[in-house]
Formats: sequence, C-alpha cells, structure tokens
Amino acid sequence: MTKYIGKSMSRVDGVAKVTGKAKYAAEYSAPDLAYGYVVCSTIAKGKITRINTDEVLQIPGVIQLFTHENRPRLACFDLNYKDQDAPPGSPFRPLRDEKVVYNGQPIALVVAETFEIARYAASLVKVEYEQEDHDTALEHNLHRGRGPKSGVASLLKSPPPKPRGDFEKAFQAAPFKTTGQHIHSVEHHNPIEMFASTVVYEKNGKLTIYDKTQGAPNSQMYVAQVFNLPFKDVRVISPYVGGAFGSGLRPQYQLFLAVLAALELKRSVRVSLTRQQMFTFGHRPATVQNLSLGATADGTLDAIRHDAIAETSRFEDYFEIVVNWSGMLYPAENTKSTYDLVPLDVFTPLDMRAPGGVTGVPALEMEIDELAHKIGMDPIEFRLKNYTEKDMDQDLPFSSKELRECFRQGAERFGWSGRKPEPRSMRRGHTLIGWGMATGIWEASQGPARAEAVLTVNGKLRVTSATADIGTGTYTIMTQIAADTLGMPIEDVIFRLGDSDMPLAPIEGGSWTAATVGTAVKVACEDLGKKLFKMAQKMKNSPFADVKQDDITFADAHIRLKSDPSVAVSLLDIVGTNGGRAVSETSTSLPSMLEQRKYARAAHSAVFVEVEVDEDFGTVRVTRAVTAVAGGRILNPKTARSQIVGGMVWGISKALEEESVMDHQFGRFMNHNLSEYHVAVHADIRELDVIFVEENDTIVNPLGVKGLGEIGIVGMPAAVANAIFHATGKRVRSLPITLDKLL
Amino acid sequence: MNRFSYSRPGNVDTAVGELTRHEGAKFIAGGTNLLDLMKENVERPNHLIDINHLALKTIEDTEDGGLRLGALATNADTAYNDKVESRYPLLSQAILAGASAQLRNMATNGGNLFQRTRCYYFYDTGTPCNKREPGSGCGAFNGFNRIHAILGTSDENPETRCIATHPSDMAVALAALEAIIRVTGPNGERTVPIADFHRLPGNEPWLDTTIQPGELVTAIDLPAKGFPDYYAYIKLRDRQSYAFALVSVAVGLEIENNQITDARIALGGVAHKPWRKPEAEAMLVGKTVTEADFQSVAETILSGAKGYGHNTFKIELAKRAIVRALQRAAKTETES
Ligand SMILES: Cc1cc2nc3c(=O)[nH]c(=O)nc-3n(C[C@H](O)[C@H](O)[C@H](O)COP(=O)(O)OP(=O)(O)OC[C@H]3O[C@@H](n4cnc5c(N)ncnc54)[C@H](O)[C@@H]3O)c2cc1C
Ligand code: SF4
Repeated sequence: MTKYIGKSMSRVDGVAKVTGKAKYAAEYSAPDLAYGYVVCSTIAKGKITRINTDEVLQIPGVIQLFTHENRPRLACFDLNYKDQDAPPGSPFRPLRDEKVVYNGQPIALVVAETFEIARYAASLVKVEYEQEDHDTALEHNLHRGRGPKSGVASLLKSPPPKPRGDFEKAFQAAPFKTTGQHIHSVEHHNPIEMFASTVVYEKNGKLTIYDKTQGAPNSQMYVAQVFNLPFKDVRVISPYVGGAFGSGLRPQYQLFLAVLAALELKRSVRVSLTRQQMFTFGHRPATVQNLSLGATADGTLDAIRHDAIAETSRFEDYFEIVVNWSGMLYPAENTKSTYDLVPLDVFTPLDMRAPGGVTGVPALEMEIDELAHKIGMDPIEFRLKNYTEKDMDQDLPFSSKELRECFRQGAERFGWSGRKPEPRSMRRGHTLIGWGMATGIWEASQGPARAEAVLTVNGKLRVTSATADIGTGTYTIMTQIAADTLGMPIEDVIFRLGDSDMPLAPIEGGSWTAATVGTAVKVACEDLGKKLFKMAQKMKNSPFADVKQDDITFADAHIRLKSDPSVAVSLLDIVGTNGGRAVSETSTSLPSMLEQRKYARAAHSAVFVEVEVDEDFGTVRVTRAVTAVAGGRILNPKTARSQIVGGMVWGISKALEEESVMDHQFGRFMNHNLSEYHVAVHADIRELDVIFVEENDTIVNPLGVKGLGEIGIVGMPAAVANAIFHATGKRVRSLPITLDKLL
Repeated sequence: MNRFSYSRPGNVDTAVGELTRHEGAKFIAGGTNLLDLMKENVERPNHLIDINHLALKTIEDTEDGGLRLGALATNADTAYNDKVESRYPLLSQAILAGASAQLRNMATNGGNLFQRTRCYYFYDTGTPCNKREPGSGCGAFNGFNRIHAILGTSDENPETRCIATHPSDMAVALAALEAIIRVTGPNGERTVPIADFHRLPGNEPWLDTTIQPGELVTAIDLPAKGFPDYYAYIKLRDRQSYAFALVSVAVGLEIENNQITDARIALGGVAHKPWRKPEAEAMLVGKTVTEADFQSVAETILSGAKGYGHNTFKIELAKRAIVRALQRAAKTETES
C-alpha cells in the first residue's frame, strides 16, 4: 500500500528550518561554555620552532593555548585515528608534533571565556617556523604518479578495470579518433554551515557532542578511539546539517580540538571554523586526465583509453573511481585505463558530491561529443549506436537501465531535433548559441543499516536510525516509508536521526541512504507490524485469531482483513494491551548480495543544455537545461527534483566558475572566501527542467530506489562544455571554463 | 579581530574632531568592507566612529544644475533615486552592477569610494603584501594575479611593488562623470576631483587615496553634464552577479547631428584607480558616429598595459569591452 511513497510532499523538517527551530552544532549551548579558536599554519612544510604561548596566556579571558607542546598523550596507533571514510595511510593528527605538513594546518587552539577573546588572542599568536621546500603543483609532478596503496577503503572503490582487446592496435587503425587532456581544478565543499562542535562536559565526565557530521556514529567512534574513552561515555548528536556534500564524511579537526580542550579543562567547549578555515581540510582533488577514443568508419566506438592522475596528501592515499565509467556506458572492444596518484604537500582530498564520477564522466563525455562531431553524427545517435546493455568490465547485465528513454524524453522536452549540427551555426548578433548534451551515470549501492520502530502508547509511530539528513530530504522520505509500511497517517509518524545512541547506520554518502536506511526503516516497520499482528491475535475476541499474516493489511492505523476491510483492530487498541508500554522492534537490513552481485546497478541521466556565449567577451550563460533521470523508484518527486536541480546548479558552477586556486609559492589556497570562490548565484541560473523516467527495478533493493544525491551533477559539466563547443567551435578541456579560455 | 571602543557622534565636526584625537580610529559607515577587514585582522582600528547618524543622507540639486549625493546615502538609494536614474543613468547602472542587493542596501557612497582592494594577498595575513604590511613584498606579483591591474602598476621595487586594482564600480562611473568629492577635515572643507581622489601605488602602495587622516567625505557632487542619452556601463566578471569586475567600462558620449561632441571613457578593474586617457577620448570628438575608430581608441587607452600572467587576458578583454561600450553608447551596437 503506498499512500505516501511516490507522492510529492514538502519536507517534514521544513518549518523547523525556516523558523530557526532547527539547531545546528554551533547553536547548542552549555553552562560555563568556553570557546576555542583555531590557529592555522601559514607555511606548507617545515617545523614549528616557537610559539609565544606565555604572551597569549596573559590576555585577560584566555583560558589555555593548546599546542603540540602541551597536548595530552593520545592514542598512538594510526588505527585509532581511522574514521569510516579514511583512505589507506596514516590519518592526520592535529597537534601531533612540531611538523607542518600543509598550509592551513591547525597548529594551536586558543580557548577563552568568549568567542571574541579567543579570536583576538588567536590573532596575537606568533609562530616561528623552520621552513622546508614544498611541492603542491600537480601539473609539475605528473611524472611522480604511482598507483594508490590499497586498504579497507579500496574494497568500496574498485581499481581501474583490466584492459580489454588491444587498444593500441584498434586506435591506430581507427579512421576517426580524438585525443585530449582534461584538467580539473580543486574544489572545496563549502556547505553554508561551517564546521563546528559543541562538546558538553557532563557532570559525570561523559561527553555529549553536537557535531556537524554526515554520521554521528562515525564521530563517536573517532572520539572514543582517539581519546581512549568507552563508547558509552561519548554521545554524538547531529540532527540537522547545513549542507556537507561529503565534507562531513570524515570528522574534521574542530571535533578533535574541542574534545581535547573539554577533556583537559573539564569544561564544555565549542570550536567553530571560519569560512577561510573551510579551505583547510579535504577537497575534491585536482586531476589530470588523458583520453583517446577511436571509432570505425560506420561510427562504432572501438577503442577507449582513459588515464588519470590525481593529487593526494603525503600521508594518505585518497583515490576515486575516475576511469571505470566507460565500461558501463560504451561497448568498445578495446580499452585500457590507469589511475595514479601524486603525493603533494596538501591535506588529503575528500569525497565530494559524485567523487570521481563528475571528474571521469565529463572528460569521457566531452571526448564522445568530439568524436561524434568528427564522424559527423548527431551526439545522441552516436550514443545510441554505441549503447551497452551490460557492464563491459564486470560482464554483468544491468539490473535496470532506461537510459534510452532518458535520451528520448530529454531530447523531446528540450527540442533537440531543432539543432543545427554545425558549430557556430546558431547566433543572434554577438551572441553565439550552442546546444549540447551528455550522459550521466552513478552507481546504485546499498549498505547494511539498523532502525528501530516504536508504536507509542498514544498510537504514534516513532522510527529512529543514526543516519544523517544533510539537506537531502532523508527525514521526509523515511517518514513516508514508515507511514506506508505500517499504514499510518503521516502526521502520526515521527522519524528521528543523527544520534549515536540510535540504531547504527553508515555515514550518509554515495547516494545510498535512501536505499540503505530506507530498507532498514521498512524492515523495522514490517517487523513491528508482525509483532503487533501477533499481539492482535491474542486479544480477547480477536477477529484475527485464525488469520494468517498474509491475509491482513495495515491501513489507517488499523490492521484489516484484506478480504473484508471492515474486520479491523486499531493499532492503538493493540498497544493498549501491552500494560501501558510502547511496542518496539529493532531490525537490521542487509543487502541481498547474492542477487545483487549478478547485476551492475546504476542510475543514468541524459542532460541537455543551451548556452549563450558572447563572441567577444567569452562570457557564458546557461539559458536552459533539461535533465532526464532514470533513478529507479522516485519516493518523493518534490525532494527528488530538489536533489537533481541542486546537482544541475552545481554542475553549471563546476563547468563555469568553481575552482580553489592555490598559489604554489606558498602552497596555500588564495580565494578562500565566498566572494572569490565562485559558485553559481541566482542570476546565473535560468530554466532548469527535470524529468524522471519510469524505471522498475526489483533487484537494487526492496524499495527499488537508486539514490539521487549525485546523479544530478555527473552529466552536467560535459553538457555545458559540449554546448560551448557547439556555440563557439572551441573545445575547452580544462574546467572551469572561465571567459579568458574563450577569448 | 581586536578590541575597540565605539562612539556615535551627531555632527560632522564632532566626528572629525574625534578622529583627529584618536590615533588608530576609523569611521564606520555601512561596515560592509571595514568589518570584513577587521575580521581578517587586516584593519585593526582601536576606536570606531559610527557616522551613520550624521545628516549626510540626502540627494539634492546643486545651484549649477548638478546633483549632490550625500556621503551616507546608500548605494541602493542612490541608484534608484529618480534624479540619478533620469539624469545620470550611467551612475545608476554602475552601482547596480556591483555587489548584491543586500550589500547595496548597507553600503554608503562614501564607504564605496574608500573600499579597499580585493587582492587575495591583501586579505590574507598569512601572505606578504606591501599594501597591508609595508615592505613585506607583493604576493600577487609572482602569484595568482587573475584579478590584478594591467595599467599604472608599481612593479619594480620588491618592497613597494603593488599590482592591485580598485574594485569599485561606482567610482568608475564617477570618473567618467568627473564628479567632485567634498571633504571636511580638521582644517575645514575642501573639494577633490575624482581623478585626484584615488592614487596609483607608486612608492607608497599602502595609500589608496589622497585623503588625509581625519578627513571625512561629506558628499559627491555630480556636474550638470550627465550623458543621459548616450552612455553605457559594461562589466565583465566571472558570474552574472555578486562578483567584482575583471574589466568594466563606463562611457558617456554627447552626440549632436550624428557628431560626437564630448566623450568620456573610464575603465575599472584594470588599475589602482579608475583609468582614463584624455587623448583617447579626444580622438572621438568631432567625428561622426560612423567614422569614429573605436578600435584605435581602445588601443590607445590600453597602450602601455602590462600583464602579469594570470591577468594578461585583461588587455584584450578591455579593448573589446571599450569597443562594445562605445558602440552601445553611440547606439551602433549590432543586435544581441
Ligand atoms: C562580497 C562583496 C561583494 C562586493 N561586490 C562589489 C562590486 O561588485 N562592486 C563594487 O563596487 N563594490 C562591491 N562591494 C563593495 C561594497 O560596495 C563596499 O563594501 C561598500 O561600498 C562600502 O561601503 P560601506 O558604507 O559599507 O563602507 P564601510 O565598510 O563602512 O567603510 C569602508 C571604509 O571607508 C571609510 N569611510 C566610510 N565612509 C566614509 C566617509 N564618509 N568619509 C571617510 N571615510 C569613510 C571607513 O573608515 C572604511 O575605511 C562588495 C562587497 C562585498 C562584501
Ligand atoms: S598587489 Fe598590492 S595589495 Fe596585492 S599583494 Fe601585492 S602589494 Fe599587496
């Protein structure tokens, strides 16, 4: 019964958010709260030789200055510092010793009675260094590329696929070919909420931590292991997150510093970062990719080579799936791909919305566009001719793939048939108009999770799971799933998340929360339903005494006989038989690996974009865009559309504006504020249209959902770049495409 | 941010007096620039004199047919003022091309003139900058200088080098309009033509303007000639709104019987002050709209321009912007 699933519904947490009732990590208070302000290094590599601690401690209101010199002894094994998203290597430990390993590294924490005093005192901290030469430029170090080390994280991120056929031979023989180098800049997540942790030091010495995170249990585990505390003494709460985009997948350094200060001072402490400091930890890595494609005379894509080199830190091997996408999109017989890392004096990169996908797919899709152009084929026709029904590298069929339908519906909505194929053929005065399209893809995955469902004594359904809602709509869709599973009116369902005391859920990333936690919620509600049914059967004069579970249904807060819905028992009456106690059930859901392993599972999209380019100035406007998505079952078209539109906006930003620029003289990011780190503003965004193509999938997970958090961004940058090519005849392969690249 | 004391004088003389008495004090108007710089520890005033209660908010006609803009009138109130819109649409357009609606509601005309460069290094105390820390060096010179100047820079002596730009849009229009800035200081009132208000970095890049410590801008006088019929403001930037100019051009023309009788061209985003080149403007006067050679005018304005790597594209971009702005002002632009 689906009364709510599949319906457009406003966010259940919307009112709390717009009225300010929703509290974020830095908004919690505690009696006697002290405030920490972080001091960051201004060199990229070297040693700290002196810090003027005594002077700083004399400032009235300053409580303590924590540095590597006076920090307490902490866990000494790397393993203790590994969080759920830690790549192979040795995680960064704030205040570990005098070494500076990147520019912006947190090297001291001033704690004071007020935030203002802490900030002022931090401005007076003077640090002397012994500087060493640093190396931060990927372009100058490509020769140092080497394969990533493997570790636990590599179980989730597959290495480059094995070669197929003979690329060199096929490429050489190909009558049509293209080769290009693609350069992607560093990006920082920059959610609007800055990272913050409010650590409440309870009377019994336990910690209650309000943290900005994409997984409260992840922060709990980190704190417990690093500070050698029992898990039960550390509770992490994070009900609302003001955006994260992956930055909350790892505990950030303010959490470490706030906990350290609270434990040392035996006092509650809050540490929040500034916007500038939001540029001092993980980021989307700079990546250089070389692609070569070859096609036969009839337009069969025959050869693909995709090599990528990305930056990482000196201490961890962060890596992404960049070169593995072509095997899921095109049936070329001859392929070869490599993925290498260059360790530099920077902080470890970090997953950021569609990590790897929005790097590798746009490069591939720009070359596909180029090849189609060279052959003289329409880009959609070329993609249809080279459509694959299976994942070539894994040799598995797709659990479902309605990409053809995305092409068809997207093209129709956009009016693609009116396109003149020649570049520069559509213009108005100095304005060149271009139409471009591209494909997007993102893997659909599911993990294990737990959830608890409780029917309260007054007949409300309360469901909990320690997942996060980073603004994606998790609260809302989980409420819908719970309501439908137990046939409850939605007003009587409360879903809660973001608390390490709740049943365990994995970090919220990779577009898998709807599938992972959604399934857990469904199972918990089903299990609770079974329990309630059994209780109903035992009630006096129960109409269900001889009825099987299969013969009943849950509707309008009642258990009803399918064959005669008037035969019913209300859930409120059932819970009433429980001696004044609520009825609860906690369940675990596991993906059915055996079945899933037989298929490749992915969401797809087709993106269509119109741009206007000023011929003289190189300024680009995206005047309209259509994305057609095949993303399995759509639980809530309204929140789903928001996800896709958000991805499209970011895709436009990434294609045209977004870039963290490092000055390699200092190894420091220079445009570290939202005035100079450009993301799309309202004026940049015109018409955006989203189509959800119907796609039934019984394999991906019991809900049939594929996750929509990332698919919206993946196809966008290439569609914009391809439209710019169509408008101008210029193929710009380095993102963002700022106006100087088109002059 | 350091600690500071605060006062709120009620009249100009008290304000000027307070500033003269307090070494290290600063006026604060809308605060949209000063507060940001204080948070970054770039500006460290020990005393703030809030001038928002001074009676300098009006916009009124002057005797010689011009318009007087109060120093504390907001950018929004100025841009949407009927008289400004009808008589000085160039100014209105330039202001509205800047910042965002929220910022323009706070920003004042006086504060806009004094806003400091957006050079990344100037803002980041973790890097060298001669403007912020005299003698420390110029981070931008060999660094990331995409938004930096191509004209009138000071690039020889490492200790006084500066290639920063003045970021204001409003000031570019004021330069084209030849506005007069009214200033009150410890020695009374004086007027400063906009062309002399901002300065080039020279050997003292830490000085942005020729205004002396203790002087308060009270008003901006616009001369009668406002170029309401033939004008254009073109701003080229990295996104459609809420970004500073990479290059901007303000053009005002007077055209009688198809003949250009007066021409003003001012550039923003290219120098430490709004940039004008009188001989280029002279090349237009006396020409008919069709015979005027906009391209040579652009070449003349950019003669001597120099790029520093990331910003070299600005030279060509500025030329194209000048040509387009002249076409738009002269109404000869092809449809777009
Ligand atoms: C994100 C962002 C984007 C922006 N984009 C643009 C843009 O695209 N184009 C643009 O032109 N501007 C832009 N601005 C800058 C904005 O226009 C200025 O910050 C604003 O005009 C400053 O005015 P204010 O009144 O707030 O000045 P304040 O911040 O109050 O003061 C600035 C300085 O002027 C001094 N001062 C103020 N008034 C007087 C006076 N009457 N006499 C003497 N000294 C005085 C102060 O002491 C201070 O040093 C942007 C600003 C921000 C923050
Ligand atoms: S250009 Fe000027 S403001 Fe920028 S770093 Fe150099 S000296 Fe400082």
